[in-house]
Amino acid sequence: MSFSVENFFKELQTEDVIFSFKGDISSDVINNVLDSVEKKTEEANDPSKIRKKVYNVLVESLQNLYHHVDIVPENFADQSSERFGLIVIARNEKGYFISAGNFITRDKIKSLESKISKINNSSPEEIKELYKFILHHQKISDKGGGGLGLVDIARKTGNKLDYSFIHYNDDYSFFHLKIRIDSVEKE
Amino acid sequence: MEPIVIEGTPKTPTVRFDSNEAVFKLEGRSIPENSVEFYKPLVDWLESYKDSPLQKTVVEVKLEYFNTSSSKCILDVFKKLEVIHKAKNEVQIKWYYEEDDEDMLEAGEDYESIIRVPFEMIEIVE
Repeated sequence: MSFSVENFFKELQTEDVIFSFKGDISSDVINNVLDSVEKKTEEANDPSKIRKKVYNVLVESLQNLYHHVDIVPENFADQSSERFGLIVIARNEKGYFISAGNFITRDKIKSLESKISKINNSSPEEIKELYKFILHHQKISDKGGGGLGLVDIARKTGNKLDYSFIHYNDDYSFFHLKIRIDSVEKE
Repeated sequence: MEPIVIEGTPKTPTVRFDSNEAVFKLEGRSIPENSVEFYKPLVDWLESYKDSPLQKTVVEVKLEYFNTSSSKCILDVFKKLEVIHKAKNEVQIKWYYEEDDEDMLEAGEDYESIIRVPFEMIEIVE
């Protein structure tokens, strides 16, 4: 059976989910997601350190979608969203879990994958240096991204980037990025 | 010189660059999708200011959050301050971070290691 975004989104809806959205990732949507999740992290009474990490990582995840999503496949049900993506945020005693998903044309998989594996094969110290290098040397792209989003997420969470590319059709895959923010800090 | 005064919004910081005041300010949240659009006027303002700067320029940066695209723009602002400093004017960047916010402290240290301007890291204790 072929991949269905609808079912995939449903499967992500566990009892730990505190917020989820699927559709056009517009600037207004980003504001709403951030507002809602910020309120929930305040209600949950998490330490401000964790709340800030969650907020920062969420900003980067949403703006990665905003700047980088591809146009949806021709046969996809939602053709009206200019920037189609999904975001699901869950929380349990171990921490926060953010899932971000978007279509990607298959020709871009290789470069994204090599970027992620470079980050995942780096030590925290190397990630810090990589961040500084990109900050210092890379211009902001036409799309408005700084090329720093994923590096920043890895740096702030201290965790590897968990991801998958799910086959959709000959031209498209669906990119799923799974981010974990631990409630207890690693020493 | 006409000052730049911008009121903060949930996504953009409060800015106060005024050569009649001793301290320039950048505070709040900086998480716009298009950060270049927001920061360009600031960078342009500093470009003109550098021709006749105050004897001492102090910039207070008190950010709660900033996104990665702002981080590059903030670097551009600091690069202008570096030019002023290089021309033998006194410049200081005061980088504020909330107690326990190591990420914000580290971000300040990143800039300190790239920009040749004296930084002061100041912890905000509640």
